[in-house]
Amino acid sequence: MNTISTALAVSGAGALTGAAAGLGLPARIRSWIAGALTAVVGAAGLAAGASALTGRTWSASFPSLLPLAGVRLRVDALSGLFMAVAGAVVVAVAVYGIGYARGGHGPVASRPAQAVLPLFAATLVLVPAASSVSTFLLLWELMALTSLLLVLVEHAERSTVRSAGIWYAVMTHLGLVLLLTGLALFAAKAGGESFDALRAGAHLLSPTVRGLVFVLCFAAFASKAGAVPLHAWLPRAHPEAPSQVSALMSAAMVNLGVYGTVRVGFDLLGAGSRWWWLTVLVTGAASAVYGILQATLATDLKRLLAYSTCENLGLVFVGVGAAGLFHAGGDPALAGLALAAALLHVVNHAGFKALGFTAAGSVLRATGERNLDRLGGLRAKMPATASLFALAALGAVALPPGNGFVSEWLLLQSLIHGLAVPGLTTAIVLPLAVAAIALSAGLAAAAFVKALGVGFFARPRSPQATGATESPALMLTGMGLLAAACAALALVPGVLADPLARAVAASRLTGIPPLTGGELRLRLTDTSAAYAPLWLAAALVVSLVLAGAGQRAWRRRSRRRAAKLWDCGGGQPTPRMAYTATSFAEPLQRVFDDVLAPEQDVNVTHVRESIYLVERVRYTNRVPDRIEHRLYTPLLALFAEVGSRARRLAAGSVHVYLGYGFVGVVALLGVLTVLK
Amino acid sequence: MLSGFGVVTLVAQVLLVVAGAPLLTGVMRQVRAYLEGRAGAGVLQPWRDVRKLLRKEPITPTGTGPAFRAAPLVLVATGLLVAALVPLAGTVSPAASHGDLIVVVALLALGTVTLALAGLDTGTAFGGMGASREMTIAALVEPTILLSVLALSMPSGSTSLAAIVTGRIDEPARLASPSSLLALVALAVVTLAEAGRLPVDNPSTHLELTMVHEAMVLEYAGPDLALIELGAQLRLTVLLGLLATLAVPWGIATTTSWPALLLALVLLTIKVTALGAGLAAAEVSWAKVRLFRVPELLAGSFLLALLAVTASYFLSGA
Repeated sequence: MNTISTALAVSGAGALTGAAAGLGLPARIRSWIAGALTAVVGAAGLAAGASALTGRTWSASFPSLLPLAGVRLRVDALSGLFMAVAGAVVVAVAVYGIGYARGGHGPVASRPAQAVLPLFAATLVLVPAASSVSTFLLLWELMALTSLLLVLVEHAERSTVRSAGIWYAVMTHLGLVLLLTGLALFAAKAGGESFDALRAGAHLLSPTVRGLVFVLCFAAFASKAGAVPLHAWLPRAHPEAPSQVSALMSAAMVNLGVYGTVRVGFDLLGAGSRWWWLTVLVTGAASAVYGILQATLATDLKRLLAYSTCENLGLVFVGVGAAGLFHAGGDPALAGLALAAALLHVVNHAGFKALGFTAAGSVLRATGERNLDRLGGLRAKMPATASLFALAALGAVALPPGNGFVSEWLLLQSLIHGLAVPGLTTAIVLPLAVAAIALSAGLAAAAFVKALGVGFFARPRSPQATGATESPALMLTGMGLLAAACAALALVPGVLADPLARAVAASRLTGIPPLTGGELRLRLTDTSAAYAPLWLAAALVVSLVLAGAGQRAWRRRSRRRAAKLWDCGGGQPTPRMAYTATSFAEPLQRVFDDVLAPEQDVNVTHVRESIYLVERVRYTNRVPDRIEHRLYTPLLALFAEVGSRARRLAAGSVHVYLGYGFVGVVALLGVLTVLK
Repeated sequence: MLSGFGVVTLVAQVLLVVAGAPLLTGVMRQVRAYLEGRAGAGVLQPWRDVRKLLRKEPITPTGTGPAFRAAPLVLVATGLLVAALVPLAGTVSPAASHGDLIVVVALLALGTVTLALAGLDTGTAFGGMGASREMTIAALVEPTILLSVLALSMPSGSTSLAAIVTGRIDEPARLASPSSLLALVALAVVTLAEAGRLPVDNPSTHLELTMVHEAMVLEYAGPDLALIELGAQLRLTVLLGLLATLAVPWGIATTTSWPALLLALVLLTIKVTALGAGLAAAEVSWAKVRLFRVPELLAGSFLLALLAVTASYFLSGA
């Protein structure tokens, strides 16, 4: 028994006892025990992942555990990275979740929710450990089902939950069908369904079949990761789920889409040809820009965070796609660097997004509001939550000294140096990818300034926001764990250099370590660029001290006096005069008018006596998801149309149905005679 | 690499920028006054303003929080840090090895973000309006900046400013290459937007229809306002200094020689003053464009930056 197998056993046992505890225990202690066991699941996942990242591997096969195929597990550094990320997120979110559910807060403390949560956590940890098609698909579907149940937890409170659940159920199962088709095709042609057999048999596939397998699998994985245009479920399901579930989905589940793409694309199919990775890169760039544009305009705090997930996973796909392109272009060192940047961004995104969603959950718990227009002034009422959200926002805007900047800097470095890779494709695609990353970084700054400035600063805009109180200690502890992780990732990312190199090597893309570590610096091996986050943070502190000392040395009077707001002589402005999220985003909405096609409506009601006197003006502004509008709505309408026409076939007469059966059998026999 | 010479270079460079930033604004206002036929307040007026503001009583407007209080410090601190990171006077300095062009751009953006948050923190309509406009412009500026960075860093194969500058001094042909020229023009346009100058923002207006930067800082008074003013001046100075360093790098000390450092400091003063005076002279004949025409300007600069990258790829014979 080594660490990994022990940890995985603990994780599985924790999930099962947690589920039993959630079902069986009385409400008073249910969330405590189930939450603690979920944390155990996460901690075991973290231990297994960390152990794999030090270079250990472990594999096992349990032929009798499942009929027909059995269960095969294998943990290497690549799986380890995703297991460790999922495990760490699960631990923090489980601690937070105990506090969230403890006040008997809503349906999330109910039996089914508390029973499913440990199972969902376990699938998040175990999916990367699967090493055969059947095991992978089983765990993948288990993950989809448990998360679907958790999304639906609050279905009795809001009707939007049900619609979100239907969208999620349909899209995740369409994804499953694609994945099943792709992997079944792969297994049939490669002559075996274990990952080892697939790896060994990948060369037996013709290039067309390999491309088809990749496209099918990538479509399924991209949909799970919320990449445009398969993202439609994400901004619905993530906001409607209870906040700790949103955090798990947005910070851990979407990552597995990236894991799948890297595992199947690089490891099993052996990197393949250029157009695969061009597709991945373009999909990623489009998701990044479109996702963050929608986030900038969103007024719902959790929806904003969900769209930001689309953006960040888009950036990860840009890195993965660039890695594939560089590999196809014959530059393995740079390919390793791009993949390392993408994987590091997965880690960083998990940190700040889990923190963001848990902080948003605290706000929701304290105020019952997700609408930024009706929040505000929370920094005075919930100072700890506000500062934790500020830390998450610093990570998300990709500015130093936040953790998001480290991986975006690395990603930009790999793209900038990628122009040295010969080929016209790279020369055209890479500058545009750089521009897309830059635009998404700029828009992310606008989106998170809005979320923090409108949601947490200024004065409360509704009675709910006025009455907000700080969250209980356990929720703050959970968020504090995530904040500590974010700070560590921001200041000493160098410690991840060796683990990332092992994960890249495990993807079989390249054996060249992309980064040289050390505690201080993230240094690129093949180029001269270096970024020392700790040095920069220290220099920033020194500059702040200098600026403060300079001001102090010169000024004569040090006592601050409180005074009324000046507001250009306008007197005391009321909270209704402050800028809302909608008004904040209005200039950007106008600039991107053609892309977003917002719907605005102004209704003026006149006084009955005179048309020159206005009684009421009603203004509505809606920014529909345009891709959804253009792509999904016609498709759904088509299905509805076909369905209503097909209804005519069902006339209700048994004779007709028997006739259908007869015709069907005859037709089948006819086809068989022709084929034989 | 903590040599005495390096430390002196660093300190001299930062001190020159801090002392010179208000003077640069003074010179620019004086040039403007001269061209408009006014006497002007003198080159030293910005320093006198800073001194007067620092001596006033610190004021905390009701309803503002830590973000409002911290923003002036962060603005000045990022300005100082950028002044230390960019090899304005010499490439031999303890900070130069950290002077990555992307980091410099990100630090300037950090200052913008903090100020926008402070604007929203006041809870006034003006603060929100300024923040919203500032973030809109900042978001649209970003692609141009990074593409210019890409174009400028391609010949030397590094985004390290020291490497770029050394490369450009050693091979003057790089300075006149079409790619470099296009990138510099694009960078100059976004510099105007980043520093809040005409035609994007008018630094001397208080008209609610047009102000961007001023709307965010309306609630500041006394010592806080002094830091905000100083921060904005620092920002303009380092941006012009960065432009000068990239466009005309001659004179920047690349070795540990004391006369070279002295010459570099003098040349830096001359270069930045000339750029500032030129900008002031040009601004006299420019009008501020409408906010919703700023994206057109920035789209134009983006196109230039894209052309710069393409040119550097196709003309380098690859």
